[in-house]
Amino acid sequence: MTPMKTVTALALTGSAIACSAALFAGPANAEEKQLTIAMITHAQPGDTFWDIIRKGANAAAKKDNVKLIYLADPTADKEAQLINNVVQQHVDGIALTLAFPDAEAPAVKAAQAAGIPIVGFNAGVDQWKGQNLLGYAGQDETVAGRAVGERLTNEGAKNVVCLDQQQGAVQLEARCNGIKDTFKGKMEVLYVTGYDMPTVKARMQAKLQQDPSVDFVVTLGAPFAPVVLDAVKAAGSKAKIGTFDMSPVAIDLIAKGEIQFAVDQQPYVEGYEAVDMLWLYHTNGDTVGGGQPVLTGPFFVTKDNAEAVAKFAKVGTR
Amino acid sequence: MAQTTESAVLARPRRQYQAQPFWKRALKRPEAGALGGAILVFVFFWVMAPPFRQFAAFTTVLYQSASIGIPAVAVSMLMIGGEFDLSAGVAVTTSSLAASIFATEVAGSLWVGVLFALFFSLGVGAFNGWLMIRTKLPSFLVTLGTFLMLQGLNIAITKLITGNVATQDISGMASFDTLKTIFASNITIGGAQISIAIVYWAIFVAVATWMLLRTRVGNWIYAVGGQGDSARAVGVPVKTVKIGLFMGVGFSCWFLAMHLLFAYDTVQSGAGIGQELLYIAASVVGGCLLTGGYGSAVGSALGAFIFGMTTEGVIYADWDPDWFQFFVGATLVLATVVNTWIRMRATRGK
Repeated sequence: MTPMKTVTALALTGSAIACSAALFAGPANAEEKQLTIAMITHAQPGDTFWDIIRKGANAAAKKDNVKLIYLADPTADKEAQLINNVVQQHVDGIALTLAFPDAEAPAVKAAQAAGIPIVGFNAGVDQWKGQNLLGYAGQDETVAGRAVGERLTNEGAKNVVCLDQQQGAVQLEARCNGIKDTFKGKMEVLYVTGYDMPTVKARMQAKLQQDPSVDFVVTLGAPFAPVVLDAVKAAGSKAKIGTFDMSPVAIDLIAKGEIQFAVDQQPYVEGYEAVDMLWLYHTNGDTVGGGQPVLTGPFFVTKDNAEAVAKFAKVGTR
Repeated sequence: MAQTTESAVLARPRRQYQAQPFWKRALKRPEAGALGGAILVFVFFWVMAPPFRQFAAFTTVLYQSASIGIPAVAVSMLMIGGEFDLSAGVAVTTSSLAASIFATEVAGSLWVGVLFALFFSLGVGAFNGWLMIRTKLPSFLVTLGTFLMLQGLNIAITKLITGNVATQDISGMASFDTLKTIFASNITIGGAQISIAIVYWAIFVAVATWMLLRTRVGNWIYAVGGQGDSARAVGVPVKTVKIGLFMGVGFSCWFLAMHLLFAYDTVQSGAGIGQELLYIAASVVGGCLLTGGYGSAVGSALGAFIFGMTTEGVIYADWDPDWFQFFVGATLVLATVVNTWIRMRATRGK
């Protein structure tokens, strides 16, 4: 990247931070001591979605004068190990994803015994209360799935494929199951293996050739939506497409009317809120949500509002 | 009994090389077993899954196979030469990222980006070979190191330069359409889309087969893989051959990377992990020995084709998706067992 572009990118990120700072203006700097907060996630390395969460967390850390330690591992035992690691670093708070609630429980208990406040975000909407976390920011995936199911019924879909890129991931399965709950037609799951795009395209094409009556495909990650669009065209199918989460390309396609909708759980807000909750707890003894999760989604991006969202997606914050 | 055989042989003029019937010679080729496995899997899904019988389904399967088969050709040559490359899967992603980032952020031209990626990929291959020869470590270990390093670099450099973990959409840039035609166009025949990747795959297999069977370099490759020390003793440039083979893998990774880049416009920096095992698996299913010195390029293509048929076939057969990976694994094992059985039968005795 040229220095000029770096400056522009920084300026844009800066302005995005400024916008959110205005929206979430908390109490003014109450004390001088800098807090250290650890954020631990089950992110796959190099995944756009998690990068946006991290950007939100960084924005909150900057505004709240917090030192942020960001750690991630997509496997259960290693994520739990990371919690132990930051407890030994004596951090002032931990924001974590309860993607593997049982595996993480002992480490969470140990952290609580050491007097470290913990909030959950993104994954674990059904478990965070049981593990006595202070609060939770995220989308209830089942709720989001149900909203999609209703939408599909309203759009007149009859035969839907739910494209799942990670077989066995609970939060992704919750989405498909949510759709199944409320959708009045037939729904099937199609598994693909991560970002191996030729496989995604070939498997999708095979599914459409196997069952030509499929009229709607819902992808559980935005990078897959354009590939599915390719497959739909190649198979000569009439299927429409919707996706969970967002990417600049997907938003462009929504604006053009080639993809029907994206379900945004606003990852930036998840990262931001998680850090901010801990900061509020430290500086003012506040808890957020009143015992309920702070829901950051589902927010539907359609042709009508795509343009407004696109400019934030371009700088990588939505 | 022995007496009569001996006298019979003596009676006829002695020949160094006893010509065998064609089918017997064909069965002894490394790819014969894989061909049997491929036919078995093909017939199986033809019977089980009616949608599998369409021509369009066949081209879909071929496309899936080509995405494994293109690197597998080079990987099989490397394996014949006695070495592994675990970095090949991630190296594909590295190459697409290099082209995309260099084009958008530095050069402003896609052509320059594509060339840069070519040199970069050949460089990664040369580095693998050089490091292996310098350190005398097994290639398994050296390329494992490269694999992990590239995986980290893919994410770190992309994030450092673009601020995001996926590259920008390049479809708006000049000469995108020309490059897309070269690397990722589709030909429509009889209502079915045929990706140009399939055509390139066939060309790669043909060129590799010619090299292995008809050229001096081909002999060298078999020699360094089978008996490295003896090969060196008779004057085969072992080091050059091995570095060349690694660079060949680099080239095939670059080629697939360009296809992916121009077919899908953006690249996720975390992609490619695990693909290297599919390339190796395709080569082994196709008859390459893990110990080197034996195998064929056609075999790697059949291996990739078996894998493509299996993954797509499970969908055409509409089996319970929860069991997907199980079915894929089971079919692969079955195909490989048939393959080995045929090879054993063919090479036993005469």
